[in-house]
Amino acid sequence: MIPAPGSSYAQPRVPLLEAVGITKSFPGVQALSGVSLRLYPGEVLAVVGENGAGKSTLMKILAGVFQPDQGQLFLAGRPVQFRDVQDAQRQGIALIHQELNLVPHLDIAGNIFLGREPTRFGPLRWLSRAIYTQAAQYAETLGIQAPLTTPVRQLSVGQQQLVEIAKALSSASRILIMDEPTSSLTQREAQRLFEIIHRLRQQGVSIIYISHRLREVEFIADRVTVLRDGRNAGDLDRSQIRHEAMVRLMVGRELKQFYHRHFATSAEHKVLVRVAALRLQAAQRHPISFVIRHGEILGLAGLMGSGRTRLVQTLFGLRPKFSGTIYLHEQETPVSCPAEAIQAGIYLVPEDRKQYGLILNDSVCHNISLPSLRELSRYWLVRSAQEKALARQLVTQLNIRTPYLHQAVGLLSGGNQQKTVLAKWLARRPRWLLLDEPTRGIDVHAKSEIYALIDTLAQQGVAILLVSSELEEILGLCDRVLVMYQGEVAGELSRDAMSEEAIMQLATGGTLAP
Amino acid sequence: MKKLLGLFLFFLALYLTLYLAPETTPNLAFHYNLGRDIGYYGILTLGAGILIISGGIDLSIGSVVGLAATLFPMLLLAYGESHPLNPVWAIGLILLLGAAIGWTHGILITKLKLQPFVVTLCGLFIYRGLARWISGEQVQGLGNQFSSLKDLLYTQPLGPLPKFLVIFLTLVVLLGMFLHGTVYGRYLYAIGGNERAARYAGISVDRYKILAYIICSTLAAFAGILFIMQHNSALPSNTGSFYELYAIAAAVLGGCSLRGGEGTIVGMVLGTAIIWLLDRLTLMLGIRSELLPTVVGAFLLAGAILEAVLQRWQGGSHQD
Repeated sequence: MIPAPGSSYAQPRVPLLEAVGITKSFPGVQALSGVSLRLYPGEVLAVVGENGAGKSTLMKILAGVFQPDQGQLFLAGRPVQFRDVQDAQRQGIALIHQELNLVPHLDIAGNIFLGREPTRFGPLRWLSRAIYTQAAQYAETLGIQAPLTTPVRQLSVGQQQLVEIAKALSSASRILIMDEPTSSLTQREAQRLFEIIHRLRQQGVSIIYISHRLREVEFIADRVTVLRDGRNAGDLDRSQIRHEAMVRLMVGRELKQFYHRHFATSAEHKVLVRVAALRLQAAQRHPISFVIRHGEILGLAGLMGSGRTRLVQTLFGLRPKFSGTIYLHEQETPVSCPAEAIQAGIYLVPEDRKQYGLILNDSVCHNISLPSLRELSRYWLVRSAQEKALARQLVTQLNIRTPYLHQAVGLLSGGNQQKTVLAKWLARRPRWLLLDEPTRGIDVHAKSEIYALIDTLAQQGVAILLVSSELEEILGLCDRVLVMYQGEVAGELSRDAMSEEAIMQLATGGTLAP
Repeated sequence: MKKLLGLFLFFLALYLTLYLAPETTPNLAFHYNLGRDIGYYGILTLGAGILIISGGIDLSIGSVVGLAATLFPMLLLAYGESHPLNPVWAIGLILLLGAAIGWTHGILITKLKLQPFVVTLCGLFIYRGLARWISGEQVQGLGNQFSSLKDLLYTQPLGPLPKFLVIFLTLVVLLGMFLHGTVYGRYLYAIGGNERAARYAGISVDRYKILAYIICSTLAAFAGILFIMQHNSALPSNTGSFYELYAIAAAVLGGCSLRGGEGTIVGMVLGTAIIWLLDRLTLMLGIRSELLPTVVGAFLLAGAILEAVLQRWQGGSHQD
């Protein structure tokens, strides 16, 4: 790709959008402290940082979703304040969210102009057919091929993403903010998106691009702003944008220090888990088989939608499997429902703790004891003294920062919520832990505590299956990694063969170079 | 706890107003009747409240009361006035019917994933129609018989306490232990609070949801029996109408959240008591009794507004 003449590289004069000293806190969490950012006309600015670094919060402030506690935004040199999303859109800024926000039954054109439908006959607001001619313009720019009368639920995720972009473009043409736009796209769809981004830039649209995929960033960004723990960690110009440089700024320390893991020569340890010829569904071509030894951490990598979560849900008995057997200590272990899995000592820390892991209105104590209530009761009456003792012990052990045991868990910070989910299972002495994105959306300090905890558990002989989208996490913690692609295991990598490149190759349907 | 204290203070304030107002004569009979009504409707509140805590709702309570009240005398006198059926059998059968109705609701809601509102709304129509059809639209009553049964369940007070209040308080203790002391109760809170998290914790969610529907409908059927004890007869087209709304209102006033996972037994008692104090207030202060629903509705709305305002005040929202 050749950059448009005069559009990008030479540092232009006045930033189109500038944020200065933005500070924002939520109860229990300081999300941003004094962050600044500049976006010049017609450039692609990538904002990178680990989960919880504050990227999404910053973007929501730029797009008018949140108001900053402190700090100032400037648009083309003028101080501005966005009251809400509509206000920001009127000024030309639109945010494309990580998750799609389309109305599934509405057609493409209807989604593009949702809330801004062209109407006739004044206050009658009669829907005009002009919606289709206007939508056609954007469809053409973005290469949306389906008829505009197609309900969006019939489109692929990639096509839906394009509708989302069309919607943003039609509402605000100056600045587009894309939050992880490729996380659910196939490689070809992502490629297509990069072409579109390039074309938009040539037309003078400025783009802020958030991604975890540093390779993509290297590929399309004109400049990079790195955030760490809610602060600016540094900026990189075109010539400086390299993978290692970004990682160094993101992490701010050597990987080894962050992930303390005592790797054992685990080949000598006994096999604890053996999954044999597992098929999640009838259509699966290659059955899944793997072993995990005592004290071993097996990583499970793959892109969003590659079937990782489906696999752990099946192993925990939440979904029926099509065929295959799970052995614990070489004993066949049926898991047709979570209760059976729990009985066998298989515990799942789900991907989304608020939806699946916690009862947010209930107390820390009750959340921890929930799966152990039968053991804590006599004649079905809960013995609350023992319950409290157990909760208190785990709160201390995991350093869960809560003012008291009966605090509603929803009021704690993300890290402490996640520790509460873990505490729930540690109360029961796990044999096999399934951890699905265990550090998503929590701050760096809590992260390192959870890594230390995972390491301790492994040392105690627990088998761990770790699903993670953060490759650094997989590389830092796992003994081996399984990589999934489109519902199949695309390959297994030993610790020696593990690298971001190798994992990404397998995760995107490629094969490893011999 | 703060909420319960607030409710209790509100209850006291209402009671004192009633007691001290010059227009009223709060004598023994007044207290007796008030206790009886609180006891009667409180039984329905307990069922509705427990169900609401588990995240469900039941709109058919009143129709189940009507059906049970219609069928109970019919069963007792099924073999004619001279050969009355043993009341133990009749009571057992009616309670079983209630349990079966609740079970059916639960199965439809958990297995077929139908919406509770829809299922029990259908129930509201179906059971009312059945009661009218089976009875041929005729008033069903006990005549002069079964006076010992009526003595036992209704007429004879226990000390100063009306029998319905005694029955209610017994149920309060039993269901209070069930809800706040046992593992089952804890599961119901968990399911109402976050059904998916409960499932992920290994709880057999469906089983406990069905249990909550069974409790609710069985209590409604029991209330149908008590209706006959008090009034001696039932009008199939009318008996029990709108009782579900009073039960739900009392539970909500008492702190049960329709989102599920919140509420207490004590709150349900206070909620019921407050509604019936309001009833007496409207009556004795000379407000026309037709206005009672308006008064109850207004207080419920005021409570909801107050709670929302307080919550915003404290800024107690969950963080993202």
